[in-house]
Amino acid sequence: MTGPPALRVRDLRKAYKDVVAVNGLDLEVQKGECFGLLGPNGAGKTTTIEICEGLTAPDSGEVEVLGMNWRSHASQLRQRLGIQLQETQLGEKLTVLETVRLFASFYKQGPSPDEVIGVVQLEEKRGARVGGLSGGQKQRLALAISLVGDPELLFLDEPTTGLDPQARRQLWELIEQFKRGGRTILLTTHYMDEAERLCDRVAIMDHGKVIALGTPRELVASIGVEHVVEFAAGGPVDAAVLRGLEGVRAVEADNGAVRLQVSQLHRAVPLLLDELTRRGVLLTELRTHSATLEDVFVTLTGRHLRDE
Amino acid sequence: MSSRPYHPILELTFMRFREYLREPEALFWAFIFPTLLAAGLGLAFRNKPAEVLTIGAVTPQLVAQLKQERLLDVREYSEADARKALREGRVALVALPQDNKVVYQYDDTNPEGRTARILADRAVQRAAGRTDPVATGDVYLREAGSRYIDFLVPGLIGMNLMGNAIWSIGFAIVDARRKKLMKRLVATPMPRHYYLLSFVFSRLVLLVVEVGLLLAFGVWIFGVPIRSSLADIAVLCVFGSLAFAAIGLLIAARPRTIEGVSGLMNLTMLPMWVLSGVFFSSQRFPDAIQPVIKALPLTAAIDALRGSMLQGASLAGLAPQIGVLSLWLVVSFVLALRLFRWR
Repeated sequence: MTGPPALRVRDLRKAYKDVVAVNGLDLEVQKGECFGLLGPNGAGKTTTIEICEGLTAPDSGEVEVLGMNWRSHASQLRQRLGIQLQETQLGEKLTVLETVRLFASFYKQGPSPDEVIGVVQLEEKRGARVGGLSGGQKQRLALAISLVGDPELLFLDEPTTGLDPQARRQLWELIEQFKRGGRTILLTTHYMDEAERLCDRVAIMDHGKVIALGTPRELVASIGVEHVVEFAAGGPVDAAVLRGLEGVRAVEADNGAVRLQVSQLHRAVPLLLDELTRRGVLLTELRTHSATLEDVFVTLTGRHLRDE
Repeated sequence: MSSRPYHPILELTFMRFREYLREPEALFWAFIFPTLLAAGLGLAFRNKPAEVLTIGAVTPQLVAQLKQERLLDVREYSEADARKALREGRVALVALPQDNKVVYQYDDTNPEGRTARILADRAVQRAAGRTDPVATGDVYLREAGSRYIDFLVPGLIGMNLMGNAIWSIGFAIVDARRKKLMKRLVATPMPRHYYLLSFVFSRLVLLVVEVGLLLAFGVWIFGVPIRSSLADIAVLCVFGSLAFAAIGLLIAARPRTIEGVSGLMNLTMLPMWVLSGVFFSSQRFPDAIQPVIKALPLTAAIDALRGSMLQGASLAGLAPQIGVLSLWLVVSFVLALRLFRWR
């Protein structure tokens, strides 16, 4: 590692009237890495990223961006950062090119507007009004205007929230392209698949704090669970019996839906099926998947990332 | 178009134009509506050759006497019908005999009623044999500059200056704040005063069209005089527009919703529409509140425009009005900068 980290945050705190949004948060993002803040809505991700972007003042704590701070280097920092906010609605009456030109005019350096439009694959929509773009196209335009200053550090706040699966994949490919270009990226998301696919390292946030930090692989390994088995049964199942099965680490039962954390799938599943057959319990649903960041979150907090 | 972008202020000002010009409704209210209003009111209040007043009388004898007066249109009614016609405003006065007198019934607060009283009485007295002791003659002076349309056009220009500045700035700013576009702009290296200046510049350019259209319409169609110079009028319009732009910025400094800012805009403009003498002279309000009325920016703008256009007053002669506008400009702008919510 050479030079200072791209972003360093120490003991950050921010409270609004009645909620503590960020409660003693530490972060360090290295140059060239794609770092993800993963957490449910209300975990403090947006507040954290907006403090790093210099848009919100923290109550206390230190923020160092590219070795500088917001108090004394705001105008230099603005030139070197690319920012995408959650829920910005760009002027609907302007065209894609007009919008990109407007934002490009604020930066001293950077690629030409047409180049940026090419990068986000909006060439065909160059002359189209923003109001007529699809959700995915609008999001790519938002990405384009974060790139017009050729930023060293890119902040993306929930870049794919609300998009259909195809538009999300398209956006992921773009973000992967930026990673290969050597830019540092800090992104927030509440999609665990997004964090797993894009991020070199992930900080899992809950209630304004980082509760786990590492590469997606490390985090998944840290819970000591490789697989998750979920099933629904037609009758009551004794959790204690399930817990006694070989290879089962933990059991959660909720309204007839049961979730097992399992280390050896090939042993646990046949045993589970035998057990249910012996007790005459009818199986209505059975799913297994490899452990994910979602399971890490569930293990750490007992809740799901997307608490409905 | 794919070249490097222009200076940020220019690009921001272009954005303002594009958003404005691509909104057909806004164009209608800003440009077409005031012209239609001027045309409609100009026609309604055009000077008729000579005002003929309609009155009622209840006996054929009285009708015959009153018909000697050219300026009266006399109708014969029964006594009950005559009262009804008077109540409904179809006649300005009713003449009826009572004992040995002639009695006139009319509303003495209505100028038409008072005029009808004088004319009717003259006809009745002459029919009874009165002669005028002094011979008199009339010379008619119908000069451009003293008609209602002459009074109206500067009023409409002032109202237009205020409305366009306040509506366009108020809505655009609150809309940008509501849609988080303002927050996104603040996240770029854009200097914040560029954003506010872009409103001022676009306003000044659109001003030429807005005022020009109404002024040209008034001058060419109705022959409204310009007794000073176009340059003087331009200076007054720029002062007015800047003052109203600053007031617009102040109104839009805090609200987060369109409903919120609409309420504030109406609250600000409504008293001025009523008090500042757009459609009738503000002198009609009681003396006690005249100082307040004179201190309103719309009164200052309209008085200055009327003074300049109709009386040919010099800019120096309009210093009080220009002073009032400058004060509003400075105070509103400073307050707006203090209070402005950038996100």
